[in-house]
Amino acid sequence: MTIVKTPPAPADRGHEEETPQGQGWQFNSSLGLTLLLLLLVVGQGPIRRALAAPVMQSWMTVFLAVVVQALPFLVLGVLLSAALAVFVPPSFFARALPKRAALAVPVAGVAGAVLPGCECASVPVAGALVRRGVTPAAALAFLLSAPAINPIVLTATAVAFPRDPEMVLARFAASLLVACTMGWLWQRLGRTDWLRQPARASYEGQGKGAAFWGSVRHDVMHAGGFLVVGAMAAATLKAVAPASWLRTAADNPVVAILALSILAVLLSICSEADAFVAASLSQFSLTARLAFLVVGPMIDLKLFAMQAGTFGRSFALRFAPATFALAILGSLLVGAVLL
Amino acid sequence: MNRQAQAAVLFLVGGAMLHAGTTDLYLRYVKAGLRPLLLAAGAVLIVAALATVWYELRRARAARMRRDDVHDHARHEPGDEGHDHAPYEPGDDGHGHAHREPRISWLLVLPLFALILVAPPALGSYSALRSGTALQPPLAYPALPSGDPVRLGLVDYAGRAAYGHGRSLGSRKVEITGFVALDGAGTPYLVRMALNCCAADAQPVKVGLSGKLPPVLQPDSWLDVTGTYTGKRTKDPVNGGIVPFLDVIRAKPVPTPSDPYDESWNS
Repeated sequence: MTIVKTPPAPADRGHEEETPQGQGWQFNSSLGLTLLLLLLVVGQGPIRRALAAPVMQSWMTVFLAVVVQALPFLVLGVLLSAALAVFVPPSFFARALPKRAALAVPVAGVAGAVLPGCECASVPVAGALVRRGVTPAAALAFLLSAPAINPIVLTATAVAFPRDPEMVLARFAASLLVACTMGWLWQRLGRTDWLRQPARASYEGQGKGAAFWGSVRHDVMHAGGFLVVGAMAAATLKAVAPASWLRTAADNPVVAILALSILAVLLSICSEADAFVAASLSQFSLTARLAFLVVGPMIDLKLFAMQAGTFGRSFALRFAPATFALAILGSLLVGAVLL
Repeated sequence: MNRQAQAAVLFLVGGAMLHAGTTDLYLRYVKAGLRPLLLAAGAVLIVAALATVWYELRRARAARMRRDDVHDHARHEPGDEGHDHAPYEPGDDGHGHAHREPRISWLLVLPLFALILVAPPALGSYSALRSGTALQPPLAYPALPSGDPVRLGLVDYAGRAAYGHGRSLGSRKVEITGFVALDGAGTPYLVRMALNCCAADAQPVKVGLSGKLPPVLQPDSWLDVTGTYTGKRTKDPVNGGIVPFLDVIRAKPVPTPSDPYDESWNS
């Protein structure tokens, strides 16, 4: 094996070529990426013309908006998760969380309040918690509660509903309730083989720096790819689905709650902004809008894609519908009491 | 995707974020307040790319040295990350070339191209006409600032006109900026998309235009419109919200503002 160094490419990367043993020419991804970049630069004109239709423009704007908005929070979550994985010893969590899983769930749920940011940050962090030996039930409670009950999101909710301050309390209570219930449910019914242990060898034997940046690179590439899938789905819905059907849905109270819950899943809005969208859906009842606010941060297209990426598809396929149903029930319950 | 390609993608995505954050490009997609976060995220991604390259070079050097020492034993290191279940893949020579990261990582190049090559404009009349006006009753009607005409935000005017019935406006001349949208019947609207976080949650606030209009109105073109309050109003066909009108005295085309969205709900 010889390593031939070519001069660094414009993107400032060390470019190494490998000589595969006994396989002839092999298509590798560096080469693929270079070819793809070249092709796109050459084909710029026709591509732009094809994308000039208003529906495509609006699709791309929304797609980019979701990605650009979520990336900083994803990076924040990835940095936290790498720090958890590398610098915090597993024994810390054993001491910080109650021994009994049934107690660890609410503690982890409330701890979600300290992660300021939206839902994209919580997925990698929850993944890191599971890898560090935190009981999955507690990590999942954290995953669900963090994006909904942190101070930034609650403040945004208060600003969006100046006339209904009880909305903030209702959102906090319903989200925490659903997160803990999901945690306990997982503890009772969950099976470890549903949960794919994130396929990653340990970083032992490497320096801390190498392990940290290795984890950051892996998580950004991985979760980032799933984020793109979710953003594409959300953009498609926003650009194609007509908004007028909402008007008919608002008339029936049961249909209204279901409609807004589904809308929350489809729109995949950042949890810091969803309160403002909910406020503008003024033709709907407060309970229906509460369901929108509780469902959205827990499960949406973007989150589903990211959860499937982090914990495996068989996990996400079970976890997402259960979360969806419980979130609606929780908001109904809290809505009946508080709103 | 091998590590070199990953480093390249990380670097390019980070660079694109920095590019968007240092120019006004990011304002087409997200709120202004996200700028520091965008820049920080871009910087972290670039550092991650450089770190990947650096550790990769070091690893390659270490592997080479080991191979010089022991001829055949350095072929396959256990504990090398990224094997993704497969214990040994042909072409994986133990120092990190054929790491099979999931193929999904390739999708990260899509936003990259969209941002760098296409850079689509902020949401315009197409989205505005598909969703209902998001006008909310204002909390208060503070006295108008001085000036003739008075420069007002489009959302501010719409709120005063629709819910304050123009009482706080009187007969003062106001000047508002927005883009043109024409509905199916040809009614012209001046629209501003109001945004809370990113363009995915942007919602239109519409003001109908009556009075002295320019002969040709091009959808999505930006106008600076001077006019006075009129009692005329209509219902948004999409959600039944109130769409107030403005009696136009003068309209002049202006370039797209650097922040095309109305962010007054953020402050």
